[in-house]
Parts: sequence; structure tokens; C-alpha cells
Amino acid sequence: MALNKTLRPGLIQLRVLDLDKTLDFYKNILGLNEVCRTDDGRVCLKGYDEFDHHSVTLRKADEPGFDYAAFKVDNEETLNKMAAATEAFGYPTDEVPANSNQPGFGRRIGFTISTGHRLELYCDVKLADQRPEIDNPNIWTEPPRGMRAQRLDHFLLYGPNIAEAERFCTEVLGMFVPEVCNTPDGNRLAAWITSSNKPHDLAFVEYAQPGKMHHVGFYLENWTDVGNAADWMAIHRLKRDVGPTRHAITRGQTIYFWEPSGNRIEVYAGGYTAYPDNPQRTWTAEELGRGLFYYEGEMIPSFLEIVT
Amino acid sequence: MESYEITVMSAGNTFLCGHEQSVLDAMVKAGFGPFHYGCYGGGCGVCKIRVRSGSYHVFKNMSKAHITGGLDKDIVLSCCIQPRGPLVIEAVSPGHRALYPSFRLQSEPHSQ
Repeated sequence: MALNKTLRPGLIQLRVLDLDKTLDFYKNILGLNEVCRTDDGRVCLKGYDEFDHHSVTLRKADEPGFDYAAFKVDNEETLNKMAAATEAFGYPTDEVPANSNQPGFGRRIGFTISTGHRLELYCDVKLADQRPEIDNPNIWTEPPRGMRAQRLDHFLLYGPNIAEAERFCTEVLGMFVPEVCNTPDGNRLAAWITSSNKPHDLAFVEYAQPGKMHHVGFYLENWTDVGNAADWMAIHRLKRDVGPTRHAITRGQTIYFWEPSGNRIEVYAGGYTAYPDNPQRTWTAEELGRGLFYYEGEMIPSFLEIVT
Repeated sequence: MESYEITVMSAGNTFLCGHEQSVLDAMVKAGFGPFHYGCYGGGCGVCKIRVRSGSYHVFKNMSKAHITGGLDKDIVLSCCIQPRGPLVIEAVSPGHRALYPSFRLQSEPHSQ
């Protein structure tokens, strides 16, 4: 039985400035596997440790950034209920037919939240051909490449009115909020939201411009892999933002860096186990720097200022 | 490979930039110039400069969120251009500072 009716963020579509160089990064450095290409030239990829058809789609465009992300829910009944609840919440929905613009995915319900981002929900997706074994399974079949990213883990979105977006996630998607950061006058500055035991599946930071992405996070197995990722960044001259370091918020072990199109990537290991019955952790804005960069102990300006 | 002189307009000082080197990279290594930088990928727009004169080669796609060409065709991302002759450049103000609710973010120094 699922911990929650929303299972996880299953798909993100990102815009990139140039497909070849950036694709080489995602495949050979981050370590994702190419699954297929669409008729309109987008590339579908997945982490080696994921079961579902694909989790990352790259679209060449004039500006990098976030197109949309989709959450998998447990069944058709939940999908229908959440579609109705989304409309009732005040977000008009549209329906993307099965197997249309994302190969292997069933129908998706799409809508735009208060922060200006498009999110989608789905319940059906084909199993990938390359996926973890399930019969007396080995831990992997092909040796993981590069940074050894296992799966799409989470993303951090920047936009206005995150309090409403958070409320949507809890009221409609049934997610819960293990950790928040508030301004001195009590407004929400940041929220970390999950539908599982992970400390976050998505997060928001309050920001004047809508529709921006701060980073997309990929999961690594442990701190050793975080160090390995740093080696790969150095060898390939990828621009590092912050890390290797640890967050106090979520307790994740992390590095942030930029891929060749300027999208910020996080490689992330660890994180505490979140339960909906546990008390919420709160950070004050003054302490946010230490909360994000536990070892540095202060805010790093580039982290706040740079988004795509 | 050739190097060219890059002049920073308001200051009048110069630094050298190689034919195969991005202007941003040369600025950072010279420790001098109107540099802000971010992603080094043409995506975040932070390293914007105006080229007052001189010719350059755009070797990387620049995000159209930040570079629109047209009337502002001399505004470029310094991480995406290599010189093809001496250049005169100047800063362009970032304009993204006021996007956060205003409050103090800096935490106390770590060492206690």
C-alpha cells in the first residue's frame, strides 16, 4: 500500500540551449541512459535504477529552464479525484492523451500553479526496457556511468505565491511539508514538500518572477558518490556552484553545479526519513544560509541569484 | 594562438584574452573587469556585458531570455564570446537583485 496516493515526481521536461553537448553531459557525465527520441527531436532519458519508461526529457530551445514536471499517482481513481480537486482548487486542467508527446506515458492531467509552473499528474507508464532486475536481483546490470545518478529525485522551483502552491500540494496532492523557512514577519520563504519518506520531492522558494527553476536533483547512493561526482565536474570543467557539502535542511549531502546549457543540477545523497506524523522543522530567514550550507555556515549569493 | 587587448570602458584598463578563450574566462583570470558570473553556460544571463567596439565570435548559444539581439545586438554573455580583435567592453547592470522579499539573509559568522 502506498504511503500516499501521490507516489513521486516521475518526469521532468527541461529546455536546453544545444542538444548535442548537453546530451553528452546527461548521458556520459551524469550517467542517465538514453531511452528514445521523439518525432520533434526531444530526447528521453532515465536513471539506471528507475523502472519507469523515462524520467527526463530534453527539448532544445532558445532559453534553458523548466517546461513541466509530472507526478505519478497510484491509480486511475486517484487521478480522476485529483483532477476534479485541482479544478475545484481553482486551477483549470487540460488532458494530454496517452502516448502522445511523452512516449510510454498514459494520459496526463496538466495545470499551472500559482508560481507559474506547469505540473501534471499521471497513473500509467510503461516499464522501461533497461530497468533494475527483480529476480534474485543484482544491484546493477551495466556498471553505472560517470556520476552514477540513480534516479530523478526532486526539483526546486522559484516563483510568486508559494504559500498557495504549498497548500495545493497538501490539499489536492495529499503531500506533507517536513521543513519550511519563514521571513521575520511570518510569511513563507521556502518549503520542502514530499509525498513519500524522502525529505522532499519538490521545494519552492518565494521569488518575484514566475516559472523559474532553481535546480533539478538526482539521487546518488552515498557520500563517496558525491565525491566521485566532484571529480567528474573537475575533469570536465563543469562550473561548480556549491559543495561538496551538507544541507542541514533535509540533511542531504550535495553538490550544485551547472550543466552546459546553464540549468543547475544537484547531485544528492542521504536525507532524513520523513513521516507525516513527525513535527515540522522550521528555519528563520536569518539562518537559511546555515540551513542550506551547513559546513559553510552562511548563504552563498550565487545560490539565491541564479536561476533558469 | 593570438591574444587581443580587451579594454574596460569606464576604467580604461585592459586585459588580454586569447583567440580560443571566452572573455569571461580572461576577465576572471586577469582579476579585472565588470564580471559577475554564474553558470558559464549561456543560460543564466549573469555575465552580461556590452561590446562597444571590436569583433568577436559567439561560440556558445546564448539564452534568449537574456540576449535578444535586435536593438541590443551589442549586449552579449561574456561566457559565450571569444575575441577576434581588440574589444572595448562595459558592464550591464544585472537587474535581478530585487526579486526577493527584503529581509536579512546573512547568518552569523560560523566560527564560535
